[in-house]
Amino acid sequence: MSKVIEGLYYSESHEWVKVEGNYGYIGITDYAQHALGNIVYVDMPDVDDEVEKDSEFGAVESVKAASDLISPVSGTVVEVNEALNDQPELLNQDAFANWIIKVELSDSTELDSLMDAKAYEAICKE
Amino acid sequence: MKYYDKLIFELSKEGRKGYTLPENRMKEYALSALSEGLKRTNEPELPEVSEFDVVRHYTNISNKNFGVDTGFYPLGSCTMKYNPKINEEISSLPAFACLHPLQPASTVQGALEVYYNLSHALAEIAGLEEFTLNPFAGAHGELTGLMVMRQYHMKRGDLKRTKVIVPDSAHGTNPASAAVCGLQVVEVKSKPDGRIDVEDLKPLLDDTIAGIMMTNPNTLGLFESEVLEIAKLVHACGGLLYYDGANLNPLLGKCRPGDMGFDIMHINLHKTFSTPHGGGGPGSGPVGVTKALVDYLPNPQVRKAADGTFYLHHSEDSLGRVSGFVGNFAVMMRAYTYILSLGKEYIKYVGPLATLNANYIKESLKDAYYLPIEGICKHEFVFDGLADKSTGVTTLDVAKRLLDYGYHAPTIYFPLLFHQSIMIEPTETESLETLDEFIDVMHRVAKEAIECPDDVKTAPHHTPVRRLDETTAAKHPILNYRDLMAL
Repeated sequence: MSKVIEGLYYSESHEWVKVEGNYGYIGITDYAQHALGNIVYVDMPDVDDEVEKDSEFGAVESVKAASDLISPVSGTVVEVNEALNDQPELLNQDAFANWIIKVELSDSTELDSLMDAKAYEAICKE
Repeated sequence: MKYYDKLIFELSKEGRKGYTLPENRMKEYALSALSEGLKRTNEPELPEVSEFDVVRHYTNISNKNFGVDTGFYPLGSCTMKYNPKINEEISSLPAFACLHPLQPASTVQGALEVYYNLSHALAEIAGLEEFTLNPFAGAHGELTGLMVMRQYHMKRGDLKRTKVIVPDSAHGTNPASAAVCGLQVVEVKSKPDGRIDVEDLKPLLDDTIAGIMMTNPNTLGLFESEVLEIAKLVHACGGLLYYDGANLNPLLGKCRPGDMGFDIMHINLHKTFSTPHGGGGPGSGPVGVTKALVDYLPNPQVRKAADGTFYLHHSEDSLGRVSGFVGNFAVMMRAYTYILSLGKEYIKYVGPLATLNANYIKESLKDAYYLPIEGICKHEFVFDGLADKSTGVTTLDVAKRLLDYGYHAPTIYFPLLFHQSIMIEPTETESLETLDEFIDVMHRVAKEAIECPDDVKTAPHHTPVRRLDETTAAKHPILNYRDLMAL
């Protein structure tokens, strides 16, 4: 059974956002890493790139497939998780402990359209 | 010798040579005149082995190979049918095999006639006006076809059309070819019955759409029954329809992409027309078009003059060249032989028999494997993993276990619509006995998944190598002996 963590915001395309002040850390869920299988490459944007809610900001490649990363929020990339360049498998080891990008949120009301842990757990069971 | 795993370099013994070199005919060239940077500083590192060592080495390696000639190969969307040996016999006739691509057209009339006749046979089968046989593979054909589409819009001065619609069930090459062609991909969703959602398509259609790429039957093996409606809508917005020929096999001699409203298509000769493939080639991806698009096909085009001779034509409006000469000729010879062997009387049995075989396996296995979309399929179908998922045995495990029983694994984890896809395409050339044996083994694996799941999860057990470390293979590929020696 896939793990879901309380206190995060979730999207239907299996990304999570952890909010700290005006910043959001974005990653993929445990369900997503499980479905993808062994991850071999994470394609990330550059710092200062703009990301837009519901638009692609990168991709995750596993031995099975390449999947677009869809941003759950809009904003400016202030940091990317460089560790994933050498160790993309960190996402398999713990998808919630390893964020992919850190974004300065441009519209925090967008968070209202995302799911809480309970609602996300329900769609994973479908 | 199943476990034979030596490199030819490991057999090398200094001074043991199985060859003699011819006399040096380049003596008049003074090597001293070469600049320092062009001279090699080390002797080439060639293995030193006897002829017998070489024969044994490569025979042992070839015995580890699996191909359609050694066993059942139900790889979905790949049409691994039997390749009749007469194809090899004809394509290796010295009169064809020894031609040089730079020979003048007047000296290769026979080869040009084969090209011309094959392209017209394909046009008849596809219901289109003309084919180029120049592209070297399916993906190359896709790119060429999209370049025809772009050329058509550009020649009309319609520069806004930069988007191509691709269904979510499409082969991965479709969006890739579109991107390489400089077009933007827009996805159209499938309905729960696995077919394109026409209501989802409608709002996408405007004057920025260059066209749509479709496979019919689609990657779930389902016939897109609303194709005529889709063709009407796409044409009404000014776009063209592209047909991905990967799944042409079930339609052979029964119905034609041209009659469904498609403007451009490619055919994989190496799938549908029984030329050997797998392991990367050689392929051939002819592209066919409607009458309005003929002038945009790549150069050179093979034409027939009024006096019955054949010549290479260069069209002014052509998109240009996509190949150095006129494609993979030996593959064309095989496909031409196949078409003439069957003739139009028998080619129409290919599709129905492929469809019957696929439905027979599907209905026989749906008690043990989960069939997400019920109903009649065409030449292939998709299970979404085992029916009983409580054991934790995945599609990957089932595929690996099949290797132990001497079968090539089906296509797995494609299409992406399901999480545990197993895509099976038996083709028309397998006998009832082969299908029954495969069905038995698939049932046995499903039973093992319940009774002894660990045996399945750790499979394969009887292959030359066990389960591979795919992550390391993808991240740190070892591609030649130097990489291996450097470890």
